[in-house]
Amino acid sequence: MPEQTTTTPPTIITQTTDLQTTTSRADPVDFNGWACPVPLRDSPTIVMGHGGGGAMSGELIEHLFLPAFGDAAAAELGDSAVLPAPGGRLAFSTDSFVVKPMFFPGGNIGDLAVNGTVNDLAMSGARPLYLSTAFILEEGTALAGINRIATAIGHAAAAAGVRLVTGDTKVVDSGHGDGVFINTAGIGVIDDGVDIRPSRAAVGDVVMISGPIGVHGVAIMSCREGLEFGTTIETDSAPLNGLVQAMIATGADIHVLRDPTRGGVSASLNEIAKAANVGIDLVERDLPIPEMVANACSLLGLDPLQVANEGKLIAFVPERDAEKVLAAMQGHEYGKEAVVIGRCGADHRGMVVARTALGGNRVVDLPIGEQLPRIC
Amino acid sequence: MKYLEEFSNPELAGKLLDRIHAAATRRWAIMEVCGGQTHSIIRHGIDQLLPDVIEMIHGPGCPVCVTPLEIIDRALAIAAQPGVIFCSFGDMLRVPGSEQDLIRIKSAGGDVRVVYSPLDALKIAKENPDRQVVFFGIGFETTAPANAMTVYQAKRLGIENFSLLVSHVLVPPAIAAIMESPSCRVQAFLAAGHVCSVMGTTEYPALAAKYRVPIVVTGFEPLDILEGIRRTVLQLESGRYEVENAYARAVTTEGNTAAQAMLLDVFERTDRVWRGIGMIPGSGWKLSSRYAQFDAENRFDVRGIRTEESTLCRSGEVLQGLIKPHECVAFGKECTPRNPLGATMVSSEGACAAYYLYRRLELTPAGSHA
Repeated sequence: MPEQTTTTPPTIITQTTDLQTTTSRADPVDFNGWACPVPLRDSPTIVMGHGGGGAMSGELIEHLFLPAFGDAAAAELGDSAVLPAPGGRLAFSTDSFVVKPMFFPGGNIGDLAVNGTVNDLAMSGARPLYLSTAFILEEGTALAGINRIATAIGHAAAAAGVRLVTGDTKVVDSGHGDGVFINTAGIGVIDDGVDIRPSRAAVGDVVMISGPIGVHGVAIMSCREGLEFGTTIETDSAPLNGLVQAMIATGADIHVLRDPTRGGVSASLNEIAKAANVGIDLVERDLPIPEMVANACSLLGLDPLQVANEGKLIAFVPERDAEKVLAAMQGHEYGKEAVVIGRCGADHRGMVVARTALGGNRVVDLPIGEQLPRIC
Repeated sequence: MKYLEEFSNPELAGKLLDRIHAAATRRWAIMEVCGGQTHSIIRHGIDQLLPDVIEMIHGPGCPVCVTPLEIIDRALAIAAQPGVIFCSFGDMLRVPGSEQDLIRIKSAGGDVRVVYSPLDALKIAKENPDRQVVFFGIGFETTAPANAMTVYQAKRLGIENFSLLVSHVLVPPAIAAIMESPSCRVQAFLAAGHVCSVMGTTEYPALAAKYRVPIVVTGFEPLDILEGIRRTVLQLESGRYEVENAYARAVTTEGNTAAQAMLLDVFERTDRVWRGIGMIPGSGWKLSSRYAQFDAENRFDVRGIRTEESTLCRSGEVLQGLIKPHECVAFGKECTPRNPLGATMVSSEGACAAYYLYRRLELTPAGSHA
């Protein structure tokens, strides 16, 4: 689903590791680990010419992007990628990434850009095959940082088993971008017999999540807001296509999969409740919210259920298949901490209701817009 | 950070609830003053678990909610000026003025920034000497010390491009105003623990004695709130009206004396209009004459901005505990967190927003929700 993107909130006072603040134009560039940096030495930062389609554009692709992408990249540099047509149904998705800061504990915008689209494809049960990568670079951005991002893209694509088959680079004037914006689009194939979509959620379905809630959002906030929580919390960004295939391989009739990124678990569940017109009942004490996330949210006045996740999925599975799907999740690297968090019922259709730890009930609502930290 | 899980323990909460059920024999109306307490009560479903005879009335202690429309309109006018960097706590961004809000000012090109501390705004002022940096200083006694410290530092460091738009309000005059109201139904108060951690508890015995109401200083976690309610009920049942401290891990009788000294230097008492309630004499702070040059209302020509409150919104009656949020005809219809008519629907600490967010289920007529 294309709306699951990563975005920035209203302007926040940052103590970030932005490219522009960590590497000024005059700083020497660390070329260690670069495959063939020589032609780029003239300009350690992005200049308008890098997006002009001429020699500088070519050098950027040839000496930075392709080596950084590594084996995941297609070697051909045509105007379009020419691909064999796989049989069956195709899944196609796109996603734009404008995350701030671009580097955060455990990852950067590059991992997110690959995993985000891979996961959007996987949530329809597809096996992701091909990805495009398009960059909008701000003039003055350090090449060293772009190299780190591109390298992360190459690694993430290799880990997810997708090929980077086409791409684009544009440069905008200094002050008209935010360092690096990335768009990725992806194509995957859906095997016969797989039918996974939000409207299939049904009364009686068991709702499970593949691991702890709110980790990515708190990792981003911890560096964006200059807040420290005692120990570092790292993003949980990960490709979920392998996990999804392991779940499908159980033969279970999986009804819905969703990666609760922006808007968090709350937004995903509300969308599913409305799409399928079912009520969703959560049990608050069963929600896997790490102490660190709970503390950070308490401090900032945020609801962990509305905090973004990466590398997590929510599954709706009929009762009869729940046990084997949960076991398959727990047997996979990215689902080890999977748990059941609730059920679909016939009451309060279209709404999500949580039983509180003390025994009361509360409606779990969609976040309205950005989460705004409270005054006290 | 300890004390989150410990003070939400369901078994202990059950025991406290049992004791409240055993103690309560008559109908009692108790007001929790602070919006943080309202949020916690609704968020954890505490009011659903109390005996039917105990009614919680949600008080005026959400600083976002009680900030008058006029001040918000002045903030918007300042934020819209070119060359200004307007800094605010996050939840003020969506509070509607008479025509727009800070989010819309920002999208129209205004430089509006969310900060977590007023000292961050001072840092921005230092880094942008050619810009006017204004911090929206609202809140109760809780947020006032940090704002006072910021203005103190601005003066000490000579940061002249910084100013504060002040709309501070104080809890004890509000308690008095509620008790003076002819329609007052409140029989006891849970006082706001964080306010008392700054100011201590010495202002409250006179109020308890004058109005013959129990006042129990209460914290914010579920067990804190239940303990505050338990102690309040015991006083009510036995006819006592004393000040008790049920939040002793954070509150001392004398409070934070260093913060009080700073407040005394930077601020002075003033009459304040409370949104939805009206003017309460001596219920706020403004910058003292020693710091008048840092008053944004002196620096920008906004004192001419006068705004009347909306007539449809009944948040004033909600803030005074005269009606519950869903008893307003606009609740959930014309007025939602997305399109708030009044401030109590904006802040997540506002009583209307808390009801809307967590209680829509039982308040919505059967079959009409989707």
